[in-house]
Amino acid sequence: MKKKTSFGRIFLYVILCTYALVTLIPFLWALSSSFKPLSEIVSGSINFIPKNFTFDNYRQIFIEQALFPRWMFNSVLIATVGTALNILFNSMAGYALARLTFPGKKSLFIVILAVLMIPAQVTMIPNYLILREFGWLNSYQGMIVPSMINATFIFMMRQFFVNFPKELEEAAAIDGLSRIGTFFKVVLPLAKPALAAQAIFVFMGFWNDFMRPLIIMTDSSMYTLPLGLNTFKGQFVSYWNYIMAASMVFTLPVLVIYAFFNKYFIKGLSLTGGK
Amino acid sequence: MNRKYSTRALKEAGQGYFFMSPTIFVLLLFILGPIFYAIFLSFHNVRLLGETAFNFVGLANYERVFEDRRAGIALWNTFKYVMIVVPCQTVLAIILAATLNAGMKGEKFFRIVYFLPTLTSSAVLTLIFMWMYNREGLVNFGLDKLGLPTYDFIGDPNVALTAIMVMNIWATAPFFMVIYLAALQDIPDSLYEAAELDGAGPVRKFLSITVPHLRPITSFVVIMGVIGTFQLFDQSYIFSGGSGGPDNSTLTVVLLIYQYAFKSMDTMGYAAAIAFVLAIVILVSTLIQRKLSKEENLY
Repeated sequence: MKKKTSFGRIFLYVILCTYALVTLIPFLWALSSSFKPLSEIVSGSINFIPKNFTFDNYRQIFIEQALFPRWMFNSVLIATVGTALNILFNSMAGYALARLTFPGKKSLFIVILAVLMIPAQVTMIPNYLILREFGWLNSYQGMIVPSMINATFIFMMRQFFVNFPKELEEAAAIDGLSRIGTFFKVVLPLAKPALAAQAIFVFMGFWNDFMRPLIIMTDSSMYTLPLGLNTFKGQFVSYWNYIMAASMVFTLPVLVIYAFFNKYFIKGLSLTGGK
Repeated sequence: MNRKYSTRALKEAGQGYFFMSPTIFVLLLFILGPIFYAIFLSFHNVRLLGETAFNFVGLANYERVFEDRRAGIALWNTFKYVMIVVPCQTVLAIILAATLNAGMKGEKFFRIVYFLPTLTSSAVLTLIFMWMYNREGLVNFGLDKLGLPTYDFIGDPNVALTAIMVMNIWATAPFFMVIYLAALQDIPDSLYEAAELDGAGPVRKFLSITVPHLRPITSFVVIMGVIGTFQLFDQSYIFSGGSGGPDNSTLTVVLLIYQYAFKSMDTMGYAAAIAFVLAIVILVSTLIQRKLSKEENLY
Protein backbone atom coordinates (compact mmCIF):
# COMPACT_ATOMS: atom_id res chain seq x y z
CA MET A 1 0.00 0.00 0.00
CA LYS A 2 2.70 2.41 1.03
CA LYS A 3 4.81 1.56 -1.97
CA LYS A 4 1.89 2.35 -4.23
CA THR A 5 1.43 5.87 -2.84
CA SER A 6 5.11 6.71 -3.25
CA PHE A 7 4.86 5.50 -6.84
CA GLY A 8 1.91 7.85 -7.26
CA ARG A 9 3.97 10.71 -5.82
CA ILE A 10 6.73 10.11 -8.35
CA PHE A 11 4.15 10.11 -11.11
CA LEU A 12 2.79 13.46 -9.87
CA TYR A 13 6.30 14.89 -9.76
CA VAL A 14 6.88 13.74 -13.33
CA ILE A 15 3.75 15.64 -14.39
CA LEU A 16 4.78 18.76 -12.47
CA CYS A 17 8.34 18.77 -13.77
CA THR A 18 7.34 18.04 -17.35
CA TYR A 19 4.92 20.92 -17.35
CA ALA A 20 7.45 23.19 -15.67
CA LEU A 21 9.81 22.39 -18.55
CA VAL A 22 7.07 23.00 -21.10
CA THR A 23 6.54 26.41 -19.50
CA LEU A 24 10.19 27.32 -19.13
CA ILE A 25 11.60 26.18 -22.48
CA PRO A 26 10.12 29.03 -24.57
CA PHE A 27 11.45 31.59 -22.08
CA LEU A 28 14.88 29.98 -21.80
CA TRP A 29 15.09 29.68 -25.56
CA ALA A 30 14.20 33.35 -25.96
CA LEU A 31 16.67 34.36 -23.26
CA SER A 32 19.45 32.30 -24.80
CA SER A 33 18.73 33.69 -28.28
CA SER A 34 18.98 37.22 -26.93
CA PHE A 35 22.63 36.55 -26.01
CA LYS A 36 23.62 35.02 -29.36
CA PRO A 37 25.22 36.83 -32.30
CA LEU A 38 23.26 36.80 -35.56
CA SER A 39 25.61 34.25 -37.14
CA GLU A 40 24.66 31.74 -34.49
CA ILE A 41 20.95 32.54 -34.87
CA VAL A 42 20.88 31.92 -38.61
CA SER A 43 23.08 28.81 -38.44
CA GLY A 44 19.98 26.93 -37.25
CA SER A 45 21.89 25.12 -34.52
CA ILE A 46 19.85 24.24 -31.46
CA ASN A 47 21.88 25.00 -28.36
CA PHE A 48 20.51 26.59 -25.22
CA ILE A 49 23.87 27.86 -24.04
CA PRO A 50 25.18 30.45 -26.54
CA LYS A 51 28.49 29.42 -28.13
CA ASN A 52 29.54 33.04 -28.57
CA PHE A 53 27.96 34.77 -25.62
CA THR A 54 27.37 38.47 -26.26
CA PHE A 55 25.60 41.47 -24.74
CA ASP A 56 25.70 43.17 -28.12
CA ASN A 57 22.01 42.68 -28.93
CA TYR A 58 20.94 44.58 -25.84
CA ARG A 59 23.22 47.45 -26.75
CA GLN A 60 22.35 47.31 -30.44
CA ILE A 61 18.58 47.51 -30.08
CA PHE A 62 18.93 50.91 -28.41
CA ILE A 63 21.21 52.11 -31.23
CA GLU A 64 19.22 50.64 -34.15
CA GLN A 65 15.91 51.86 -32.81
CA ALA A 66 16.33 55.34 -31.35
CA LEU A 67 12.70 55.36 -30.24
CA PHE A 68 13.11 52.41 -27.88
CA PRO A 69 13.68 54.52 -24.73
CA ARG A 70 10.78 56.72 -25.76
CA TRP A 71 8.45 53.71 -26.12
CA MET A 72 9.53 52.53 -22.72
CA PHE A 73 8.85 55.98 -21.26
CA ASN A 74 5.39 56.05 -22.87
CA SER A 75 4.57 52.61 -21.48
CA VAL A 76 5.77 53.46 -17.98
CA LEU A 77 3.92 56.79 -17.92
CA ILE A 78 0.61 55.43 -19.21
CA ALA A 79 0.72 52.35 -16.98
CA THR A 80 1.72 54.23 -13.82
CA VAL A 81 -0.69 57.15 -14.11
CA GLY A 82 -3.47 54.86 -15.34
CA THR A 83 -2.95 52.48 -12.41
CA ALA A 84 -2.85 55.28 -9.82
CA LEU A 85 -6.11 56.77 -11.12
CA ASN A 86 -7.76 53.35 -11.26
CA ILE A 87 -6.85 52.55 -7.67
CA LEU A 88 -8.23 55.87 -6.47
CA PHE A 89 -11.41 56.00 -8.54
CA ASN A 90 -12.33 52.31 -8.30
CA SER A 91 -11.94 52.40 -4.53
CA MET A 92 -13.99 55.59 -4.25
CA ALA A 93 -16.78 54.09 -6.35
CA GLY A 94 -16.61 50.76 -4.53
CA TYR A 95 -16.79 52.53 -1.18
CA ALA A 96 -19.77 54.68 -2.19
CA LEU A 97 -21.62 51.61 -3.51
CA ALA A 98 -20.90 49.66 -0.32
CA ARG A 99 -21.42 52.31 2.35
CA LEU A 100 -23.23 55.46 1.28
CA THR A 101 -26.89 55.95 0.46
CA PHE A 102 -27.79 58.14 -2.48
CA PRO A 103 -30.55 58.17 -5.08
CA GLY A 104 -29.79 56.04 -8.13
CA LYS A 105 -27.22 53.90 -6.32
CA LYS A 106 -28.92 50.62 -7.17
CA SER A 107 -29.27 51.40 -10.87
CA LEU A 108 -25.66 52.57 -11.02
CA PHE A 109 -24.55 49.27 -9.53
CA ILE A 110 -26.62 47.34 -12.07
CA VAL A 111 -25.15 49.40 -14.91
CA ILE A 112 -21.62 48.62 -13.68
CA LEU A 113 -22.43 44.89 -13.58
CA ALA A 114 -23.96 45.06 -17.06
CA VAL A 115 -20.91 46.85 -18.45
CA LEU A 116 -18.84 43.80 -17.48
CA MET A 117 -20.75 41.83 -20.11
CA ILE A 118 -20.11 44.17 -23.03
CA PRO A 119 -17.13 43.23 -25.19
CA ALA A 120 -14.65 46.05 -25.75
CA GLN A 121 -15.04 45.73 -29.55
CA VAL A 122 -18.47 47.34 -29.40
CA THR A 123 -17.21 50.56 -27.82
CA MET A 124 -13.85 50.55 -29.61
CA ILE A 125 -15.03 52.20 -32.84
CA PRO A 126 -17.18 54.98 -31.28
CA ASN A 127 -14.43 55.63 -28.74
CA TYR A 128 -12.01 56.20 -31.58
CA LEU A 129 -14.38 58.76 -33.11
CA ILE A 130 -14.92 60.48 -29.74
CA LEU A 131 -11.17 60.71 -29.06
CA ARG A 132 -10.68 62.01 -32.58
CA GLU A 133 -13.30 64.70 -31.93
CA PHE A 134 -11.45 65.70 -28.72
CA GLY A 135 -8.11 65.76 -30.55
CA TRP A 136 -6.94 63.06 -28.15
CA LEU A 137 -5.55 60.61 -30.71
CA ASN A 138 -1.80 60.21 -30.24
CA SER A 139 -2.01 61.53 -26.70
CA TYR A 140 -1.45 60.07 -23.24
CA GLN A 141 -4.87 61.19 -22.02
CA GLY A 142 -6.43 59.33 -24.95
CA MET A 143 -5.01 56.10 -23.53
CA ILE A 144 -5.55 56.91 -19.85
CA VAL A 145 -8.88 58.74 -19.41
CA PRO A 146 -11.24 56.19 -21.07
CA SER A 147 -9.78 53.42 -18.88
CA MET A 148 -9.22 55.26 -15.62
CA ILE A 149 -12.02 53.20 -14.07
CA ASN A 150 -12.63 49.47 -14.35
CA ALA A 151 -15.98 47.83 -13.68
CA THR A 152 -14.40 44.56 -12.50
CA PHE A 153 -12.38 46.28 -9.81
CA ILE A 154 -15.20 48.61 -8.73
CA PHE A 155 -17.18 45.45 -8.16
CA MET A 156 -14.25 43.85 -6.32
CA MET A 157 -13.73 46.91 -4.10
CA ARG A 158 -17.42 47.04 -3.30
CA GLN A 159 -17.31 43.45 -2.08
CA PHE A 160 -14.23 44.32 -0.06
CA PHE A 161 -15.83 47.34 1.64
CA VAL A 162 -19.08 45.50 2.35
CA ASN A 163 -17.07 43.16 4.59
CA PHE A 164 -14.97 45.98 6.03
CA PRO A 165 -15.55 46.56 9.80
CA LYS A 166 -17.81 49.58 10.24
CA GLU A 167 -16.58 50.32 13.78
CA LEU A 168 -13.35 51.88 12.56
CA GLU A 169 -15.18 54.47 10.49
CA GLU A 170 -17.58 55.19 13.33
CA ALA A 171 -14.64 55.76 15.65
CA ALA A 172 -13.10 58.16 13.13
CA ALA A 173 -16.42 59.99 12.83
CA ILE A 174 -16.53 60.44 16.61
CA ASP A 175 -13.01 61.88 16.42
CA GLY A 176 -14.50 64.54 14.16
CA LEU A 177 -13.15 63.31 10.85
CA SER A 178 -15.37 63.96 7.84
CA ARG A 179 -16.57 61.15 5.56
CA ILE A 180 -14.05 62.07 2.91
CA GLY A 181 -11.28 62.47 5.49
CA THR A 182 -12.18 59.09 6.98
CA PHE A 183 -12.00 57.47 3.56
CA PHE A 184 -8.57 58.80 2.73
CA LYS A 185 -6.99 58.65 6.21
CA VAL A 186 -8.57 55.55 7.74
CA VAL A 187 -10.22 53.32 5.14
CA LEU A 188 -7.74 53.43 2.25
CA PRO A 189 -4.62 52.67 4.33
CA LEU A 190 -6.39 49.60 5.76
CA ALA A 191 -7.42 48.43 2.30
CA LYS A 192 -3.81 48.04 1.17
CA PRO A 193 -3.93 44.31 0.30
CA ALA A 194 -6.96 44.81 -1.93
CA LEU A 195 -5.36 47.89 -3.49
CA ALA A 196 -2.12 46.02 -4.18
CA ALA A 197 -3.95 43.16 -5.88
CA GLN A 198 -5.88 45.66 -7.96
CA ALA A 199 -2.71 47.59 -8.80
CA ILE A 200 -0.96 44.54 -10.28
CA PHE A 201 -3.83 43.59 -12.54
CA VAL A 202 -4.51 47.11 -13.71
CA PHE A 203 -0.82 47.76 -14.31
CA MET A 204 -0.47 44.56 -16.33
CA GLY A 205 -3.56 45.46 -18.28
CA PHE A 206 -2.09 48.82 -19.31
CA TRP A 207 1.44 47.49 -19.78
CA ASN A 208 0.44 44.58 -22.01
CA ASP A 209 -2.39 46.25 -23.90
CA PHE A 210 -1.89 45.92 -27.64
CA MET A 211 -5.16 46.77 -29.32
CA ARG A 212 -5.97 50.17 -27.84
CA PRO A 213 -2.57 51.77 -28.49
CA LEU A 214 -2.68 50.20 -31.96
CA ILE A 215 -5.82 52.19 -32.66
CA ILE A 216 -5.09 55.38 -30.71
CA MET A 217 -1.35 55.84 -31.31
CA THR A 218 -0.50 56.22 -34.99
CA ASP A 219 2.56 58.42 -34.52
CA SER A 220 5.54 56.13 -33.88
CA SER A 221 6.94 58.39 -31.16
CA MET A 222 3.77 57.79 -29.14
CA TYR A 223 3.88 53.97 -29.40
CA THR A 224 3.92 51.85 -26.27
CA LEU A 225 6.31 48.91 -25.98
CA PRO A 226 4.06 46.12 -27.35
CA LEU A 227 3.35 48.24 -30.40
CA GLY A 228 6.98 49.24 -30.74
CA LEU A 229 7.99 45.62 -30.44
CA ASN A 230 5.67 44.68 -33.29
CA THR A 231 7.10 47.46 -35.46
CA PHE A 232 10.60 46.44 -34.50
CA LYS A 233 9.82 42.90 -35.65
CA GLY A 234 8.67 44.30 -38.98
CA GLN A 235 11.92 46.23 -39.42
CA PHE A 236 14.28 43.44 -38.39
CA VAL A 237 12.41 40.46 -39.80
CA SER A 238 15.11 37.83 -39.43
CA TYR A 239 17.14 39.45 -36.67
CA TRP A 240 15.63 37.20 -34.03
CA ASN A 241 18.52 37.97 -31.66
CA TYR A 242 17.41 41.63 -31.56
CA ILE A 243 13.72 40.78 -31.32
CA MET A 244 14.34 38.41 -28.42
CA ALA A 245 16.56 40.93 -26.62
CA ALA A 246 13.85 43.58 -26.97
CA SER A 247 11.24 41.10 -25.73
CA MET A 248 13.33 40.32 -22.66
CA VAL A 249 13.82 44.01 -21.82
CA PHE A 250 10.09 44.45 -22.08
CA THR A 251 9.21 41.47 -19.85
CA LEU A 252 11.57 42.31 -17.01
CA PRO A 253 9.57 45.11 -15.29
CA VAL A 254 6.47 42.93 -14.89
CA LEU A 255 8.56 40.09 -13.44
CA VAL A 256 10.09 42.49 -10.91
CA ILE A 257 6.66 43.76 -9.89
CA TYR A 258 5.43 40.19 -9.62
CA ALA A 259 8.35 39.26 -7.37
CA PHE A 260 7.46 42.11 -5.03
CA PHE A 261 3.70 41.61 -4.97
CA ASN A 262 3.51 37.84 -5.39
CA LYS A 263 1.57 37.45 -2.14
CA TYR A 264 -1.16 39.90 -3.15
CA PHE A 265 -1.31 38.45 -6.62
CA ILE A 266 -2.82 35.14 -5.54
CA LYS A 267 -5.15 36.99 -3.17
CA GLY A 268 -6.27 39.27 -5.96
CA LEU A 269 -7.01 36.32 -8.17
CA SER A 270 -9.23 34.75 -5.57
CA LEU A 271 -10.98 38.10 -5.13
CA THR A 272 -11.74 38.45 -8.82
CA GLY A 273 -12.19 34.77 -9.54
CA GLY A 274 -14.03 33.42 -6.54
CA LYS A 275 -16.61 36.20 -6.56
CA MET B 1 -35.36 65.81 14.24
CA ASN B 2 -36.83 64.88 10.92
CA ARG B 3 -35.24 67.85 9.22
CA LYS B 4 -31.85 67.15 10.69
CA TYR B 5 -32.09 63.64 9.33
CA SER B 6 -32.88 64.86 5.84
CA THR B 7 -29.95 67.29 5.76
CA ARG B 8 -27.75 64.40 6.84
CA ALA B 9 -29.17 62.27 4.04
CA LEU B 10 -28.63 65.14 1.65
CA LYS B 11 -25.04 65.45 2.75
CA GLU B 12 -24.47 61.73 2.37
CA ALA B 13 -25.99 61.80 -1.11
CA GLY B 14 -23.62 64.60 -2.02
CA GLN B 15 -20.67 62.58 -0.77
CA GLY B 16 -21.95 59.57 -2.68
CA TYR B 17 -22.03 61.50 -5.95
CA PHE B 18 -18.61 62.98 -5.20
CA PHE B 19 -17.17 59.49 -4.78
CA MET B 20 -18.95 58.25 -7.88
CA SER B 21 -18.19 61.26 -10.08
CA PRO B 22 -15.10 59.91 -11.95
CA THR B 23 -16.92 56.62 -12.56
CA ILE B 24 -20.08 58.34 -13.78
CA PHE B 25 -18.01 60.58 -16.07
CA VAL B 26 -16.18 57.68 -17.76
CA LEU B 27 -19.29 55.51 -17.79
CA LEU B 28 -21.31 58.12 -19.66
CA LEU B 29 -18.63 59.40 -22.01
CA PHE B 30 -16.67 56.27 -22.88
CA ILE B 31 -18.99 53.33 -22.24
CA LEU B 32 -22.73 54.09 -22.30
CA GLY B 33 -22.53 56.93 -24.81
CA PRO B 34 -20.39 54.84 -27.19
CA ILE B 35 -22.82 51.91 -26.99
CA PHE B 36 -25.60 54.11 -28.38
CA TYR B 37 -23.16 55.68 -30.80
CA ALA B 38 -22.19 52.18 -31.97
CA ILE B 39 -25.85 51.29 -32.54
CA PHE B 40 -26.17 54.48 -34.60
CA LEU B 41 -23.01 53.70 -36.57
CA SER B 42 -24.12 50.16 -37.37
CA PHE B 43 -27.14 51.56 -39.26
CA HIS B 44 -25.08 54.06 -41.22
CA ASN B 45 -22.46 54.23 -43.88
CA VAL B 46 -19.62 56.24 -42.33
CA ARG B 47 -17.22 58.37 -44.30
CA LEU B 48 -14.30 59.86 -42.41
CA LEU B 49 -12.09 61.42 -45.07
CA GLY B 50 -12.82 65.05 -45.81
CA GLU B 51 -16.14 65.96 -44.26
CA THR B 52 -17.36 63.23 -41.92
CA ALA B 53 -20.61 61.91 -43.34
CA PHE B 54 -23.20 59.45 -42.07
CA ASN B 55 -25.64 57.97 -44.56
CA PHE B 56 -28.53 55.97 -43.17
CA VAL B 57 -28.53 52.52 -44.77
CA GLY B 58 -31.01 50.64 -42.56
CA LEU B 59 -30.13 47.01 -42.00
CA ALA B 60 -27.73 46.84 -44.95
CA ASN B 61 -24.65 46.49 -42.73
CA TYR B 62 -26.19 43.56 -40.88
CA GLU B 63 -27.30 41.89 -44.10
CA ARG B 64 -23.79 42.29 -45.43
CA VAL B 65 -22.38 40.16 -42.57
CA PHE B 66 -24.18 37.15 -43.99
CA GLU B 67 -23.02 37.74 -47.55
CA ASP B 68 -19.40 38.60 -46.77
CA ARG B 69 -17.15 35.60 -47.45
CA ARG B 70 -14.41 36.88 -45.15
CA ALA B 71 -16.90 37.42 -42.30
CA GLY B 72 -17.94 33.78 -42.70
CA ILE B 73 -14.30 32.65 -42.61
CA ALA B 74 -13.58 34.82 -39.57
CA LEU B 75 -16.61 33.50 -37.69
CA TRP B 76 -15.72 29.90 -38.54
CA ASN B 77 -12.05 30.36 -37.50
CA THR B 78 -13.09 31.99 -34.23
CA PHE B 79 -15.67 29.28 -33.56
CA LYS B 80 -13.10 26.52 -34.17
CA TYR B 81 -10.67 28.36 -31.94
CA VAL B 82 -13.19 28.67 -29.06
CA MET B 83 -14.37 25.05 -29.35
CA ILE B 84 -10.83 23.69 -29.13
CA VAL B 85 -9.04 26.12 -26.84
CA VAL B 86 -11.67 26.44 -24.07
CA PRO B 87 -12.02 22.69 -23.27
CA CYS B 88 -8.26 22.09 -23.55
CA GLN B 89 -7.23 24.96 -21.30
CA THR B 90 -9.93 24.13 -18.74
CA VAL B 91 -8.94 20.45 -18.50
CA LEU B 92 -5.25 21.33 -18.37
CA ALA B 93 -5.90 23.94 -15.66
CA ILE B 94 -7.88 21.53 -13.48
CA ILE B 95 -5.26 18.76 -13.81
CA LEU B 96 -2.41 21.11 -12.99
CA ALA B 97 -4.27 22.56 -10.00
CA ALA B 98 -5.16 19.13 -8.60
CA THR B 99 -1.57 17.93 -9.05
CA LEU B 100 -0.14 21.01 -7.36
CA ASN B 101 -2.66 20.73 -4.54
CA ALA B 102 -1.61 17.17 -3.66
CA GLY B 103 0.75 18.64 -1.06
CA MET B 104 3.90 18.29 -3.11
CA LYS B 105 7.24 19.71 -2.11
CA GLY B 106 8.33 22.76 -4.05
CA GLU B 107 4.73 23.76 -4.70
CA LYS B 108 5.71 27.41 -4.49
CA PHE B 109 8.43 26.99 -7.12
CA PHE B 110 6.10 25.26 -9.57
CA ARG B 111 3.44 27.88 -8.95
CA ILE B 112 5.82 30.71 -9.82
CA VAL B 113 7.12 28.92 -12.93
CA TYR B 114 3.63 28.06 -14.16
CA PHE B 115 2.56 31.64 -13.75
CA LEU B 116 5.22 33.12 -16.04
CA PRO B 117 3.11 33.03 -19.23
CA THR B 118 0.26 34.89 -17.52
CA LEU B 119 2.64 37.71 -16.63
CA THR B 120 4.14 38.04 -20.07
CA SER B 121 2.40 40.19 -22.64
CA SER B 122 0.70 38.63 -25.62
CA ALA B 123 3.05 40.57 -27.92
CA VAL B 124 6.17 39.05 -26.35
CA LEU B 125 4.67 35.56 -26.17
CA THR B 126 3.66 35.68 -29.82
CA LEU B 127 7.15 36.80 -30.86
CA ILE B 128 8.79 34.05 -28.80
CA PHE B 129 6.52 31.44 -30.36
CA MET B 130 7.04 32.78 -33.88
CA TRP B 131 10.75 32.35 -33.28
CA MET B 132 10.18 28.79 -32.11
CA TYR B 133 7.76 28.06 -34.95
CA ASN B 134 10.37 29.11 -37.51
CA ARG B 135 11.10 26.65 -40.34
CA GLU B 136 14.41 25.77 -38.72
CA GLY B 137 13.17 26.64 -35.24
CA LEU B 138 13.01 24.78 -31.98
CA VAL B 139 9.60 23.17 -32.53
CA ASN B 140 10.50 21.69 -35.91
CA PHE B 141 13.81 20.52 -34.47
CA GLY B 142 11.89 18.68 -31.73
CA LEU B 143 9.36 17.21 -34.17
CA ASP B 144 12.19 16.04 -36.41
CA LYS B 145 13.99 14.39 -33.48
CA LEU B 146 10.79 12.53 -32.62
CA GLY B 147 10.51 11.37 -36.22
CA LEU B 148 7.41 13.48 -36.86
CA PRO B 149 6.79 15.62 -39.94
CA THR B 150 7.84 19.27 -39.72
CA TYR B 151 5.72 22.25 -40.73
CA ASP B 152 5.97 25.82 -41.89
CA PHE B 153 3.77 26.96 -39.00
CA ILE B 154 3.66 30.62 -39.95
CA GLY B 155 3.28 30.25 -43.73
CA ASP B 156 1.08 27.17 -44.08
CA PRO B 157 -2.66 27.95 -43.89
CA ASN B 158 -3.38 24.41 -42.71
CA VAL B 159 -1.44 24.74 -39.46
CA ALA B 160 -1.19 28.46 -38.68
CA LEU B 161 -4.36 28.62 -36.56
CA THR B 162 -3.44 25.40 -34.76
CA ALA B 163 -0.08 26.97 -33.91
CA ILE B 164 -1.88 29.93 -32.30
CA MET B 165 -4.25 27.57 -30.44
CA VAL B 166 -1.36 25.62 -28.91
CA MET B 167 0.33 28.83 -27.90
CA ASN B 168 -2.79 30.21 -26.21
CA ILE B 169 -3.69 27.02 -24.37
CA TRP B 170 -0.15 27.10 -23.02
CA ALA B 171 -0.47 30.78 -22.09
CA THR B 172 -3.90 30.87 -20.42
CA ALA B 173 -4.22 27.49 -18.68
CA PRO B 174 -1.98 28.57 -15.73
CA PHE B 175 -4.17 31.60 -15.06
CA PHE B 176 -7.23 29.40 -14.64
CA MET B 177 -5.12 26.93 -12.67
CA VAL B 178 -4.64 29.56 -9.96
CA ILE B 179 -8.40 30.13 -9.77
CA TYR B 180 -8.91 26.37 -9.37
CA LEU B 181 -6.18 26.22 -6.72
CA ALA B 182 -8.02 28.72 -4.54
CA ALA B 183 -11.23 26.68 -4.86
CA LEU B 184 -9.48 23.37 -4.14
CA GLN B 185 -8.59 24.55 -0.64
CA ASP B 186 -12.30 24.66 0.20
CA ILE B 187 -12.89 20.95 -0.45
CA PRO B 188 -12.91 19.27 2.98
CA ASP B 189 -10.13 16.68 3.51
CA SER B 190 -12.61 14.38 5.23
CA LEU B 191 -14.21 13.61 1.86
CA TYR B 192 -10.93 12.29 0.49
CA GLU B 193 -10.24 10.35 3.67
CA ALA B 194 -13.65 8.72 3.51
CA ALA B 195 -13.08 7.82 -0.14
CA GLU B 196 -9.71 6.31 0.75
CA LEU B 197 -11.36 4.11 3.36
CA ASP B 198 -13.72 2.94 0.65
CA GLY B 199 -10.66 1.97 -1.37
CA ALA B 200 -10.81 4.70 -4.03
CA GLY B 201 -7.61 5.35 -5.98
CA PRO B 202 -6.26 8.81 -6.89
CA VAL B 203 -7.93 8.91 -10.31
CA ARG B 204 -11.24 7.80 -8.86
CA LYS B 205 -10.95 10.46 -6.11
CA PHE B 206 -10.15 13.12 -8.70
CA LEU B 207 -13.13 12.22 -10.86
CA SER B 208 -15.70 11.63 -8.10
CA ILE B 209 -14.75 14.29 -5.57
CA THR B 210 -12.53 17.00 -7.07
CA VAL B 211 -14.24 17.49 -10.42
CA PRO B 212 -17.85 17.61 -9.11
CA HIS B 213 -16.89 19.96 -6.28
CA LEU B 214 -15.22 22.34 -8.68
CA ARG B 215 -18.26 22.49 -10.95
CA PRO B 216 -19.30 26.07 -10.06
CA ILE B 217 -15.73 27.27 -10.62
CA THR B 218 -15.53 25.31 -13.86
CA SER B 219 -18.65 27.08 -15.03
CA PHE B 220 -17.00 30.42 -14.25
CA VAL B 221 -13.73 29.37 -15.93
CA VAL B 222 -15.53 28.21 -19.06
CA ILE B 223 -17.51 31.45 -19.32
CA MET B 224 -14.37 33.54 -18.85
CA GLY B 225 -12.59 31.34 -21.39
CA VAL B 226 -15.39 31.69 -23.95
CA ILE B 227 -15.48 35.47 -23.56
CA GLY B 228 -11.69 35.68 -23.84
CA THR B 229 -11.26 33.34 -26.79
CA PHE B 230 -14.03 34.94 -28.84
CA GLN B 231 -12.03 38.15 -28.63
CA LEU B 232 -8.74 36.75 -29.98
CA PHE B 233 -6.88 39.56 -31.67
CA ASP B 234 -3.30 40.34 -30.56
CA GLN B 235 -1.89 36.93 -31.42
CA SER B 236 -3.38 36.63 -34.88
CA TYR B 237 -2.56 40.26 -35.65
CA ILE B 238 1.13 39.84 -34.78
CA PHE B 239 1.33 36.34 -36.25
CA SER B 240 0.00 37.48 -39.63
CA GLY B 241 1.32 41.05 -39.60
CA GLY B 242 -2.28 42.30 -39.42
CA SER B 243 -3.54 40.51 -42.52
CA GLY B 244 -5.13 37.41 -40.99
CA GLY B 245 -3.14 35.34 -43.45
CA PRO B 246 -1.84 33.03 -44.75
CA ASP B 247 -4.95 32.68 -46.90
CA ASN B 248 -7.27 34.06 -44.15
CA SER B 249 -6.41 31.10 -41.93
CA THR B 250 -5.73 33.24 -38.85
CA LEU B 251 -8.46 35.79 -39.54
CA THR B 252 -10.58 36.22 -36.40
CA VAL B 253 -13.77 38.24 -35.95
CA VAL B 254 -12.05 40.98 -33.96
CA LEU B 255 -9.23 41.21 -36.48
CA LEU B 256 -11.85 41.58 -39.19
CA ILE B 257 -13.62 44.32 -37.20
CA TYR B 258 -10.28 46.10 -36.83
CA GLN B 259 -9.53 45.84 -40.55
CA TYR B 260 -12.95 47.12 -41.62
CA ALA B 261 -12.96 49.91 -39.03
CA PHE B 262 -9.45 51.27 -39.41
CA LYS B 263 -7.76 49.79 -42.47
CA SER B 264 -10.28 50.17 -45.25
CA MET B 265 -12.36 53.11 -46.42
CA ASP B 266 -16.03 53.68 -45.66
CA THR B 267 -16.58 50.40 -43.83
CA MET B 268 -16.66 51.67 -40.24
CA GLY B 269 -20.44 51.25 -39.97
CA TYR B 270 -20.15 47.70 -41.25
CA ALA B 271 -17.42 47.02 -38.65
CA ALA B 272 -19.76 48.30 -35.92
CA ALA B 273 -22.44 45.89 -37.15
CA ILE B 274 -19.99 42.95 -36.99
CA ALA B 275 -19.07 44.02 -33.44
CA PHE B 276 -22.74 43.76 -32.42
CA VAL B 277 -23.06 40.36 -34.05
CA LEU B 278 -20.01 39.25 -32.05
CA ALA B 279 -21.44 40.68 -28.82
CA ILE B 280 -24.68 38.77 -29.41
CA VAL B 281 -22.79 35.54 -30.19
CA ILE B 282 -20.81 35.89 -26.95
CA LEU B 283 -23.94 36.68 -24.94
CA VAL B 284 -25.87 33.73 -26.38
CA SER B 285 -23.03 31.26 -25.82
CA THR B 286 -22.65 32.48 -22.23
CA LEU B 287 -26.37 31.97 -21.65
CA ILE B 288 -26.28 28.49 -23.23
CA GLN B 289 -23.31 27.57 -21.07
CA ARG B 290 -25.11 28.80 -17.96
CA LYS B 291 -28.21 26.83 -18.82
CA LEU B 292 -26.19 23.66 -19.46
CA SER B 293 -24.31 23.90 -16.18
CA LYS B 294 -27.58 24.45 -14.29
CA GLU B 295 -29.12 21.36 -15.86
CA GLU B 296 -26.08 19.31 -14.98
CA ASN B 297 -26.42 20.42 -11.39
CA LEU B 298 -29.84 18.80 -11.20
CA TYR B 299 -28.37 15.33 -11.37
